[in-house]
Parts: sequence; structure tokens; C-alpha cells
Amino acid sequence: MDDETVTIRVWRGDENGGEFTDYVMPAVEGEVVLDVIHRIQASTAPDLACRWNCKAGKCGSCSAEINGLPRLMCMTRMDTLPEGEPVTVAPMKTFPIIRDLVTDVSFNYEVAKTVPAFEPGPEPEGGYRMMQVDVERGQEFRKCIECFMCQNVCHVIRDHEENKPKYAGPRFFIRFAELEMHPLDVNDRRELAHQQGLGMCNITKCCTEVCPEHIKITDNGIIPMKERVVDARYDPVAWLGRKILGRSKKSAEEASAG
Amino acid sequence: MADYETHDYDVVIIGAGGAGLRATIEAKERGLRTAVVCKSLLGKAHTVMAEGGMAAAMAHVWKEDNWQVHFRDTMRGGKMLNNWRMAQIHAQEAPDRVYELERWGALFDRTKDGRISQRDFGGHRYARLAHVGDRTGLELIRTLQQKVVAMDTDVFMETKILRLLADGEGRISGAVGYHRPTGKMVLFTAKAFVLATGSIGKSWKYTSNSWESVGDGHAMAIWAGADVIDMECVQFHPTGMVWPLSVRGILVTEGVRGDGGVLRNSEGTRFMFNYVADMFRAETADTEEEADAWYDDHINNRRTPDLLPRDEVARAINSEVKAGRGSPHGGVFLDIASRRSAEYIRRRLPSMYHQFMELAGVDITAEPMEVGPTCHYMMGGVRVDPETQAATVPGLFAAGEVAGGMHGSNRLGGNSLSDLIVFGRRAGLGASDFAEGRSGPPSVDPAEVDAVIEGALAPFTRGSGPNPYDVHHELQDTMQSLVGIIRNGPELTEALAKLEDLKHKTASVKIDGAPSYNPGWNKATDLPSMITTSIAVAQGALNRTESRGGHTREDYPGPDPEMGKVNFVQRQTTERGFLAPISINAELLPEMPAELRALFEEGK
Repeated sequence: MDDETVTIRVWRGDENGGEFTDYVMPAVEGEVVLDVIHRIQASTAPDLACRWNCKAGKCGSCSAEINGLPRLMCMTRMDTLPEGEPVTVAPMKTFPIIRDLVTDVSFNYEVAKTVPAFEPGPEPEGGYRMMQVDVERGQEFRKCIECFMCQNVCHVIRDHEENKPKYAGPRFFIRFAELEMHPLDVNDRRELAHQQGLGMCNITKCCTEVCPEHIKITDNGIIPMKERVVDARYDPVAWLGRKILGRSKKSAEEASAG
Repeated sequence: MADYETHDYDVVIIGAGGAGLRATIEAKERGLRTAVVCKSLLGKAHTVMAEGGMAAAMAHVWKEDNWQVHFRDTMRGGKMLNNWRMAQIHAQEAPDRVYELERWGALFDRTKDGRISQRDFGGHRYARLAHVGDRTGLELIRTLQQKVVAMDTDVFMETKILRLLADGEGRISGAVGYHRPTGKMVLFTAKAFVLATGSIGKSWKYTSNSWESVGDGHAMAIWAGADVIDMECVQFHPTGMVWPLSVRGILVTEGVRGDGGVLRNSEGTRFMFNYVADMFRAETADTEEEADAWYDDHINNRRTPDLLPRDEVARAINSEVKAGRGSPHGGVFLDIASRRSAEYIRRRLPSMYHQFMELAGVDITAEPMEVGPTCHYMMGGVRVDPETQAATVPGLFAAGEVAGGMHGSNRLGGNSLSDLIVFGRRAGLGASDFAEGRSGPPSVDPAEVDAVIEGALAPFTRGSGPNPYDVHHELQDTMQSLVGIIRNGPELTEALAKLEDLKHKTASVKIDGAPSYNPGWNKATDLPSMITTSIAVAQGALNRTESRGGHTREDYPGPDPEMGKVNFVQRQTTERGFLAPISINAELLPEMPAELRALFEEGK
């Protein structure tokens, strides 16, 4: 065990290009990929850029492509990867490179600004009441740690830079879904979700597969949102039904206006 | 002259965890020009790691609960070293702040009748913690983050502040730092600054804290001439992971015990029954039967000793391990598997389930966890006015973990998230009032800005010098072994000598490469904060010759009533900065009014 080593093949470079560099490190029992990256920084490459924070799978900072698959470096144990082969660690492909493993994810923060804020209906005396079963639908989406791996893996923008201006991506489709399903919220975001490219998603479920929080992004978020958008746009009966059930939502224009 | 960009605001908040974001909302709502500056991306601050919940006496589960009981629990948990007025404000205002989060979109778990549910936690007489499974911190930060974004606030992400600068009249007027992605230097000028920089835990080897917790705010306040108090009071959370080694220290929420988990030693004994201090005996169960019945009936049974305050539990675990009754990897067992159904555990503790499954290969619904103490929380910090959160230097405010006083010598679980929103709001109000009342634009001496920048970039120009990672490891070994959970005089003296040596090593570290996203350089700029706060912790610990709360001296094993009347206050007077000494003095605690004191005498 003492003499065992691991080889980490890390992409190093910046916006102008780069290449993979091999680092051979002693193997340590129980380590995750991020531990080995940290040991590389502390020994041979102090300037190896890598974003991380909690190292416990809760903050979603250390997203990377490990052996070609989007993973959190802090939650990927070395002993789950093929033994005796180099482990490749590359930055997320969909976002511009800053340096080494760090990408510019500001696209996501720009999209976040376009989501109309939560707006509750009037508060009854004694405060709001919500049933556990009703909050759980939204809670599933609020587990999102914003690692942006769903955005990274979504082929609508991964392979088509030109789609970014008109496509919010899976992370924000579940944000729309979360607000749409929030028992107290009165804004209607269906038209906006449509404008932000919900229809371009062709439900290949790549996002769901990579979600470290195991959120059923496609089945529980995107598909119900697509159905609601369709209802809103083409089905006056469904619209009337919602009206009769007493759910009064603001239109997209009203919601965007604040 | 050094090259840097400049931004001017009315109020600048440093730190974007719960306290910083809550302060930002307050200043922004006042219509002031407001910016928040944070070292990570927005929404990644250490608040996301808070698990169990936020304490607020809303009395949704136990109608007997009220702010007086919460206040009393908080003071007793802090071994009466707390600033009584902060503890009072906190207990009184926490419920409103929780309801406010709900109005901003937070989705808390519910009671059967649809109100916000509340969970049991250590040291709280009644089930009091509003929660979202075991990811309450994420819910808090996301709610505040989305509110801040909706208010169109200026956010400077991945930007580290190095130093605060005062104007000619001593008012804090500037903050110098750098943008991590580009390495470009930046000066923020403002009429008021709020420190919301969190903890100091990264100076220890085993900690639940993220890389950001290096004590930037504590250190910058000291270098700016502000008072800090209670720096010796560091909380070691009783339950961190102990295996594998690489994840040692990662937090295991107290919610495991709140929801029915118990601590056992290698003999299977629920050892906490043997560690009930006199102060808690009257309200703690003495049999397993009573303790187990308590979960469903708090009125006719007393609380399980597994939920004593954190300092008590951490010391007990330490003693069991020392006595040879520990688990295979040097902790004790935390067992919920044999006590609750797998479905219940997965629903109540989803992230604990995944954390153990993925990092340790342990199924917590089938086997016990191995846990042990981990450096978790800093009770000590910037001395603030309880009403406004103003520091002792004008123009400077502090809220959350960087502020001292609220939690005394030991914080109760759940009181941190509520602290963030109660005092984050008050700091925002205090800073806004100050900014509105301040005349003229804020000004700083450009020569001082240049000096800070020159100092920060110096590691690139040195021909030789220590590697900052090596200095950090040496610091962590020193603090872990000499200023850990159990302390003594000779070791603290030794620690101070080592820290003095590390101070000089820090001032001579060498870095290769360029400033853009360079973790080695980032580490070099974190080291001064870590060293300064570590010195303050060790000085406080050496001076407090008693054991109280999070501070335990084996050479002074009991509490000293005289020491219980004072805070140790540390500050830099004539000479300031990283290399300057820090003085320490005992000062009397503010006196609690009679009507509040009566709450303790009634003994209820």
C-alpha cells in the first residue's frame, strides 16, 4: 500500500489554450479527487487553479469533468475510479476558461437576474399555512446546490454557444418550476419559461443523470413545466380550470415588470 | 503608484453568508448605494453547510415556549458569559426574522396543521429549530441570495479584502483587496462597512469549516484598532466525521441526536448519562427510559443527555476516547439506525445519509456512524454595540460569526442561523444610519493603499522563502495540538512562541506564477489573518485561567466565578498591523437587569 501511487491528469491552461499535465502522487486510503488536487497544490503546483469551498458536497463549487463525466471533485472517491489508470480532470466544457479547472460561470448569474422574484399572496391572520406534501414539490428543486453541471452537460448549450442568449438551461427551468409550484407564489412564469427556451429542451435527461442532489430535473421539473406552458398557450379549458380553482397568477409581462 | 480600480458606495458589506446578505438587503431597502463583496461565488458561503435549523421561539410545537425561555437557554448554554442584551434581542426578534424568510420564498418543513415545524436540538428546552430537512443553511442562503439578486444589488464575487483603511478622523472609509480571477487590485470606499466574514476554523487541522474561514474579519478589525472579545471561546462540535482521514472534521448535524440518535462507546453504553454537569441535572433525564420517552412528551419527561450543550458532549467524547472506549478510528458511535426506521432517517437526514454513503461507505440506516469533535465555531469576535452592531471604531460594523458576545463561551446549535438574520439586519440598519449621518465623501490616504498592495504582491518578488502551504500546515499542527479542545498553560505558552515564529515565516513566503487565480498566492494572503486570530485565541486561552464553555483548561478544570464576570478584550493600540503586538485586558461584563436575572433564580 505504501508504494502505491495515483496519476492525476489535470488540464492546465487559460483562455488561450492548454494541455493535460500528469501528476503522480502517493495513494492515500479514502481520498476523494479534490484531496489529491489539494496535495498537488501543496507540493508541486501551488498555482494549480481549482474552485472549491465546503468539501462536503453542499456548496457546488468544485464541479469538473472527471474521466469525461461531470462530477463534484469533493464527492468522487478515488477508489470508485478504475484502478491503475490515470484519472483525467478537466474543467467544465460549456463555460469559458479562467484558468486550469476554473471556469467563468457568470452566464448562470446573468440568467438568475431575469427570473421574476417570488411574490406571495396576501398573508392571512395568524400567518401562512402550507401542508408538508405541498412544500415538498418545491423543496426538491430547492435542494439545488448550483454546481451548474446540468447546465454544463446540456447539449443545447454545450455544443451550441449561439443558443446561450435564448436558453436559460435546466438549472433555471427547475427554478421556474419551483416558483410555479410554490403554494404561496402568485406570479406566472410560464410565458417567460417559454421565451427562455424551455421548448428547446428535448428531454434527453442528461441533466438529471449528473445532478449530485439527485433532483429529477426532467421528470419533476421540466416536463411538468412544458405541460403547463402548453396549457397556458394553447388550452383555454385548462386555463379556465385554473381560474376556477382560484389560482390567480400574474401574467409574464406583469411579473417581469416587477 | 500601484495600479488598482476604485468603487465608491454608501455601504459595503464584506462577506455574503447569511449575515452579510441580510445586512445587504437592509441597506439596499433604505435606497443606499450598496455593494456586497465575497471571496467565493454568490451562494457558496459557509452558511450553506449549516444543517439542523434556526432557533426561534415561535411556539409552533410546544406552546410553552417563549423568548424568555430561549433567552435563558442561550445564556446558560454560553455559561453566562454572553452579552445579555444581544441574547435578549436575539430571542425576541428571531421569530419575526424566520417569518420574514417565508415571505421571501423559503420553504420550511411543516407541522401537521401547516405551520413552520420546529425540531429539538441540544440545550434548547423546547423543539425550537425551524428547518428544511438537514439543509437549512442552503435554504437560508438561497432565499437571501435570490432576494439580493431581485433587488439588483452590486455583487463583487471572488474578491478578497485585505485591509480596512481609516480617514484622517479615524472613521473606516476604505477597503483594499483583489479580484481572485484576475488578480487585479481594488479599492472600495464607503461611508460604512459591515464585516460579515464568518469564522476562523481553518487554523485547525480537523475542522468543519471551508477554506474561507480564515478569520479575515477578526484580523482586519484588530489591525484597524477595533476591540475583539472572548477569542479563547472556540467551539469544538462534538460530532464530526472521523473516517476516512481525508474527510475528518466534516460536520454531522446535531439533528441526528435531535431526531432520536444516541451516542454509545465501544461497550455499547450510552455514556452521556455519566457526564451530566450539576447545572443541567435538574432538567436532564437520568434513565434511558425517561430519555426515550422525552422525544414524544417534553412535559412529563426530562431531556436526553445526548442533547446537552455542545461543549459538554465534546468533552465527554474526548474523555471516552482517552479512556480507551472509543470506536476503531478514534471517535465514538452515533447510532440512529437501531432507533428509527430507514424511511424516517432518509427523510429527516437526507444529506447525512448521502454524506456517509458516498464518503465513508457507511449506510446510516443500517449501522452506527463514527464521530468525534471537530473545530466548528468561533464564539469570540468583534466587540459590538448590541443595538447597532457598531464596532469600537467608527464606520465599522460586524454581524454573524465575526461578531462576539452573543453566544458567550459556548453557542447552542440553531442559534447561529438565527443570529445571522437578527444581527445581520441590525448591522444593515446600523451601517445605513451611520452612512446617512456621515458628512462628505469618504477618503483614504493613497499611500496607505499603495502599501497594502505592495505588501500583498511582495511574495512574487522574493528570491526565496517558505511555501505558504507548509506554513499553513505548521499552523494547523500547532493549533490542533497546543490550542485544541483541552488546553494547559505550558502548551499555550509554547503555542505563542511558535505563532511568533510563524508570523515571521508568513512575512517571508515566496510565490511563483502570476496573481490571476493563483491558490498559492491566495493562501499567502490568508495567512496573516489566520496567524493574527490564532495569536488572539492563544492569548485569550492563556489568560482565562478557568474552564468555561468551549474553553477547557486541564490545569484549571473548573469554572472560576470571578473569571465569569469578565471578558478578555484584545486590541492593538499605538502600533497596528500584522506584525504589531495585541494587548489583552479583562473588562467587566455588562450587568444584567434584575428582571432578566430573575429568570435564572426561578429555576424554571
